[in-house]
This record gives sequence, C-alpha cells and structure tokens, in this order.
Amino acid sequence: MNSVKAAFWSGVRQFMPFNIVVIPFALLFGVVATEAGLSVFETLSFSVVVIAGAAQFTALQLMAEHSPTIIVLASALAVNLRMAMYSATLAPYLGKAPLWKRAFVAYFLVDQVFALSSMEYEKRPEWTVSERLAFAFGVAAPMAPVWYIATFFGAYLGNAIPDGMALDFAVPITFLAMIGPALRTLAHVGAAATALVVSPLLIWMPHSLNIMLAGIAAMIVGAAIENRMNRSAV
Amino acid sequence: MTENYNIWVIILGLGAGSFFLRFIFLGVIGDRPIPEWVLRHLRYTAVGFLPAIASPLVLMPAATEGQLDTARLTAALVTLGIGYFTKNVVWAILSGAITLYGLLFLLG
Repeated sequence: MNSVKAAFWSGVRQFMPFNIVVIPFALLFGVVATEAGLSVFETLSFSVVVIAGAAQFTALQLMAEHSPTIIVLASALAVNLRMAMYSATLAPYLGKAPLWKRAFVAYFLVDQVFALSSMEYEKRPEWTVSERLAFAFGVAAPMAPVWYIATFFGAYLGNAIPDGMALDFAVPITFLAMIGPALRTLAHVGAAATALVVSPLLIWMPHSLNIMLAGIAAMIVGAAIENRMNRSAV
Repeated sequence: MTENYNIWVIILGLGAGSFFLRFIFLGVIGDRPIPEWVLRHLRYTAVGFLPAIASPLVLMPAATEGQLDTARLTAALVTLGIGYFTKNVVWAILSGAITLYGLLFLLG
C-alpha cells in the first residue's frame, strides 16, 4: 500500500472510536430539532449544510428562547469562531494543496477532524501535503456519513429516545477526552486550566461570548508560559 | 417553537458563515508564512476552546437545568483524568460514559 493510501486509512481508523460520541450527538440533534418543530428534511439539511453540532444546538436553543434571527445566527457563529483558529492552525500544513481540495477540507473541518489532523501533522513532520490531505479526508470519510445518517435516524425516531439517556453529556465527554491527551506541557495545562475557570465565570455574557473570551485568554496564557519556558531554557 | 422563523435563512446563513470561518485561513492565507507569535498562540487553540465549551456544560448541565450534578461532574473528572494519564481518547470516553451511566443508575 502506498503512503497516501496508508495515511487515508490511518485517518479512517483513528476516527472510528469517535463513532460512540458522534452517533449519539447526531441522534440527539435529530430528536431535539424535530421536537422544536423542524421537519425531518429540514433537520437533515441542517446537519448536511452546517455540519457543526455545537453551533446547531446553539441555534435551536436560541430559537427556543425566541431570539431574533440575527442573534440566532450571530450566536451560533460565535460558537463556531474557533473554526477560524482550526483553519489557521492547518493552513501551514495544507497551504500548498489545490484550492478546491482546501475548500473540501474546510467543509469537513469539524472538531474531530481538526483535533486528529493537527496532532498527527505535528507528530509526522516528514509527511507530504498529499499524505496530510489523505489523513484529513480519511477522518472525514466515516465522520460525515455517520453524522448525516444518525441525524436522520434521530429525526425519524423523535420522541422514541428516552429522556434518561443523558445524551446531553456527549459533547463535554468528547471534548474532555480530547483535552487530556493534549496536555503535553505546562503551557498546555495552563491554557486548559484558564479556559476551564474563565468560561463558567463569564457565563452571564450574551451570545456565548464566554467561550470566545475564555478561549482567547487560554491561548494568551499558553503562549506566555511557552515564551517563559523557552527563555529559562536558554 | 420554530414556526416563527424562516428556518432556511438560519440553515443557509449558518452554513455559509461556518464555511467562511473554516475556509478563511486555509483558502486565503494559503502557504504564506505565518509569524512565530501567531503560531505560538494557535498551538493552544484546542486546549483553550475545547475546555471553554465543555466546562459550563459540566458545571451547569442543561439536563439538570443548570444545577451541579454529581454523576456528570464525576464523569467529567474521570474522562479528563483517564485521558491525561493514558493519553488515549477511547479509554477516556469509555471511562466517562461508564461512570456517567453507572452513577445515574446508582443515584437514580
């Protein structure tokens, strides 16, 4: 097997464990969206067009609170602002790829694709652009269909999913599971701790601004600690 | 609940906006070099934004109407701890899920 194919299948394999969180997450979105009054077709379209669970849930939540359309859009996009950071993080690795391939990566740039790809690229600096693209598409290849199909089933099943399943906790569990292995240095720990503390403290802010501000504060803390460690190492 | 909205404005608007955010750097900046201080900050995006999203959901779960919940808090700490010590996402998720369902069952 050539190295590009190997990178693709490595991406597919590394995504597989995330099925146990992506499936319930998409099912839950399907259930919640149809209960909020969307048709099965609208719910499925939501997942295909937007392909961003946290933002989709944010939009439903704000519609339930009767916020104006512009606030619904602005809030859900605020939750998604982190994806601009994902885009910037992957740009140095994928910048030489053809524009249309970068556009496809952008469409699939969900949390898991970003987390797995950025970690793998850092670990394998010898990879060519083709291998990097193949890995990202390998992660996306099972992720996207699973996301669509599970959304459809969630919408279809609707109320049949019992309330006691605690599916609400799929998001924090996924995110926390990805944080642990990423805490490689004191700077990573400092950044994560900052976000963990600041975000709930700013929960009173409108439009999910607590996430943006806590995320930015965490990045500043992480970069500052790294700077200090580099200086003391010299 | 959603009948007062033009749902297609929200779906297509959110889709276009999300794609724009995901494409802006990959598509526009391309392979031009990004300054070291920018990269230094970007290294901490994942460990910054993921906990920023997760921690309010842990401390104020919607399912309990924002009340701190023993099962969810314990499951979150177990997930984070197992992920940190094993460096394995799958073990972390499984431990967290087992802790959550186990405690929800035991605590009723």
